Amino acid sequence: MTKPLIGQEVAKQIGEQVPQSVVESNESWILVKPESVLQVAQFLKNTPGLDFDYLTCLTGTDYLDYLEVVYILTSMKHNHSVVLKSRCNRENPEVPSVVSLWRGADYQEREVYDLLGIRFVGHPNLKRLFLWEGFQGHPLRRDYL
Amino acid sequence: MEIEKVDYSLQEIDLEEGRQIEELIARSQQPIKDPDDWLDSDIRQNIVMSSMAKVINWGRHYSTWPFGCGLACCAMEMVATASSRFDVTRFGMDVFRASPRQADLFIVSGTLTWKMAPAVKRLYDQMAEPKWVIAMGACAISGGTFAHSYSVVPGVNRIIPVDVYVPGCPPRPEALIYGVMMLHKKIDKRRFRQQD
Repeated sequence: MTKPLIGQEVAKQIGEQVPQSVVESNESWILVKPESVLQVAQFLKNTPGLDFDYLTCLTGTDYLDYLEVVYILTSMKHNHSVVLKSRCNRENPEVPSVVSLWRGADYQEREVYDLLGIRFVGHPNLKRLFLWEGFQGHPLRRDYL
Repeated sequence: MEIEKVDYSLQEIDLEEGRQIEELIARSQQPIKDPDDWLDSDIRQNIVMSSMAKVINWGRHYSTWPFGCGLACCAMEMVATASSRFDVTRFGMDVFRASPRQADLFIVSGTLTWKMAPAVKRLYDQMAEPKWVIAMGACAISGGTFAHSYSVVPGVNRIIPVDVYVPGCPPRPEALIYGVMMLHKKIDKRRFRQQD
């Protein structure tokens, strides 16, 4: 069984290496600032002892006040996992892309962009995945009719 | 009981027998022609009086090769229909083809999205005439649960003409077999010269 790491403990390690990045953390997840997502992800992937070499899932959610991107990371080496979150505003939602770290993020970031309109800065091919070019709006947003 | 008295003698019986043999010999001086003249008379032997439409439709309805367009979960039921347990081969409803060029019957099984719709339209256009379409399942008929969705076609009859609708979510294999039987009936009613 994959062991979920305690969010506060990982957040403490993150805070030492990437200062001012963690906004909030509890036993389930870590919330970081959107502009420092790539640095935190790099730290989580490349630090011995953490070694999060596998991106299980990347998804987005609309909470009306803000949009949230959720990363579920797993380490194949240590068989443990952690949940990373980041929030961005609805008007200009931008989050750095993590495709450079995990290739599996490619289609998942395109899906989130397609359905929620979150732009992943640095993505090599950020275009709609499920819907067609020319589709108006992002249908998984709560205000989409 | 008194035995009936015959009024002919054994001599007379023998004479009658001899006369019949003589007559047979007289009739049998030439050999009877071997019965092989039909081998050369193709047309005379092969005419069956029927209506053209009936014969052609009979041929067509037992050779509807389906093209399985499995778009969603209904495809599983379609595969089960073709497989050993339900076995549509029993009713002359095979052979499932992987290419629309070789198929007569287009089974749309599952949810059709607008993004997939041009591909389905193209596959339908690639089929040779005469061709038929079965819309299998609630999604293919009307969009089903997703009828008012932003991405789902509300019924494949927006894209291609449908001959038979098989309702269900998903329909059981028996329902699909019944749908093909209904299609057979429909094919039987076609006029030979009818163009569609």
